[in-house]
Amino acid sequence: MATGTEERVSAAPARRGAYARHRRTVPYWLTAPAGLYLLVFLVLPMVILVYTSLQSGGLFGGLRFSWAWENYTDGILQYKTQFLRSIVISGIVTVACLLLAYPMTYWIAFYGQRWKSSILLLILVPFFVSFVIRTVQWRFMLGDNGLIFGPLKSLGLLPQGFRVLATPFAVVAGITYNYLPFTALPLYVALERIDKSLVEAAKDLYASKWQAFRRVVWPLSLPGVFAAFLLTFVPATGDYVNAAVLGGPGTRMIGNIIQETFLHSVNYPLAAALSVVLMVAMLILASIYARVLGTEDETLTAAI
Amino acid sequence: MGATTLTTRADETGLAPLHRPNKRWTRFILPGFTWLMIVYLASPIFVMILYSFNDVPVVPVKQTPKFWGFTLRWWRDPFGVPGMPEAVRLSLEIAPLSALVATTLGALLGLALGRYRFRGKGPMNFLIFIAIAVPEIVLGSSLLSLFITWPDVPVLGSFAPGLGFTTILLSHIGFSVAFVAVTVRARVQTLDRSLEDAAQDLFADPVTTFFKVTLPLIAPSILAGFLLAFVLSLDDFVITNFVSGASATFPIFVYGATRIGLPPHVNVIGTMLFAAGVLAAVANLAIQSWRARR
Repeated sequence: MATGTEERVSAAPARRGAYARHRRTVPYWLTAPAGLYLLVFLVLPMVILVYTSLQSGGLFGGLRFSWAWENYTDGILQYKTQFLRSIVISGIVTVACLLLAYPMTYWIAFYGQRWKSSILLLILVPFFVSFVIRTVQWRFMLGDNGLIFGPLKSLGLLPQGFRVLATPFAVVAGITYNYLPFTALPLYVALERIDKSLVEAAKDLYASKWQAFRRVVWPLSLPGVFAAFLLTFVPATGDYVNAAVLGGPGTRMIGNIIQETFLHSVNYPLAAALSVVLMVAMLILASIYARVLGTEDETLTAAI
Repeated sequence: MGATTLTTRADETGLAPLHRPNKRWTRFILPGFTWLMIVYLASPIFVMILYSFNDVPVVPVKQTPKFWGFTLRWWRDPFGVPGMPEAVRLSLEIAPLSALVATTLGALLGLALGRYRFRGKGPMNFLIFIAIAVPEIVLGSSLLSLFITWPDVPVLGSFAPGLGFTTILLSHIGFSVAFVAVTVRARVQTLDRSLEDAAQDLFADPVTTFFKVTLPLIAPSILAGFLLAFVLSLDDFVITNFVSGASATFPIFVYGATRIGLPPHVNVIGTMLFAAGVLAAVANLAIQSWRARR
């Protein structure tokens, strides 16, 4: 009897030992398919984008690789207004998104109790509808005689000439609406992870509500704020659908230029150069983030 | 026991409690704001659904800001616009294929990243991070650069797909993989490893352990990843616009239609897809809570 148990006890580690050699290769086998796919359809395209951006020549004479850095200098000089406008609009959008999303996610994370996930779902549900359709609905709502301003104008509360559509305000409003979930999710994850008893502790030590927030909650939520900034500011800078649907000729952003140069004027090298500028900006911001908080930080990714 | 005696003693001594519940009107600010935000976020959806019943004059059939009265005309014939049936079909063909492949690749990757320590894990995490943070326009233009350079490559060039179904599918899989991987990774990281150790102690081999213990535990996250990949593919406009060539998915069709006037049928299809999405999400939540209760 006794020997039997002993054998059984020793058998388990022996079996594990036999698999140990295989086990070491397991993560590589699991990673290989997706890793290869991302290499070919994420990394390689970006490398080719850089390669394309350094080509010269016309579409008819054929494009040649020639270290044509002038694509960059020309592109940035020619479109500096749009670059600047994109950064300003995107900056305003990011601040607006943070101001709107922070109080909302704070309340859900701290006071949502067992309704937390249901309220979160309510926030995310509108985004099941394609964002082109949502943006088009805003055009109907913000139109000169649309759902919001039409009635106000007929009541005489607004002058007839009042308009929002085709102004930078409409573009900012549209992008803010579309990118709000990208701000809200990382904020929510960061706030949700905060140990609520820390706030209790602060209050036990006679901190006021405001002090408890300022000294405890806010610093602990900063990773979420950074993640929200990264996921809102960078994609918003490259957005062009809102500017195309809600904006006018005076609100074109760098995304509109890239899209038009690529698909309509078919000047691949110039368009690629403009795109690379955005890509490098993104890579710099992402690397800073990864340096400071690590790529496995859950505030950025667990939410998604 | 000790805790209760302490509180009663505090009550008896008549000391003011440290945390007074907020009785002032200010306690309504945050919840009120949150519900306002929810209404704001949902407002375009209300407009979309309402205007799917808009009785716009027959010629030309396009959406107006004015609501002319109720009609079920567009609901009876939701595909009655030239070009739209093809676009919806293309979207519905690509979305499940893309979601299936992306879920397979992404789930394996998520499992590896959430479970094992191995060389290349850091770069892999950074790659996923880039895939999520990169502006769509950069990814779209990169993929277009790839697809237009591909035919010029010796030997491999003969396999180059023309812009259309294949390029859209390849691109959609590409941006969905990272999202699935992240969803699964989050679940795997919170997994109780002792359950698997227990299975192994009971002489289950690694394969049996995986299928009988690990897989059922991470299945909800795989399903969530699949739904996410499906929705991402169905909704994508920016990347698809770069790589679609002459073909049109539903969002591409809608974007093109906005130039000449939006047919009300788009609202009907939009409402249907929305309802399907909500149903799927609610079903997933319900299944999860049902499993949790068991």
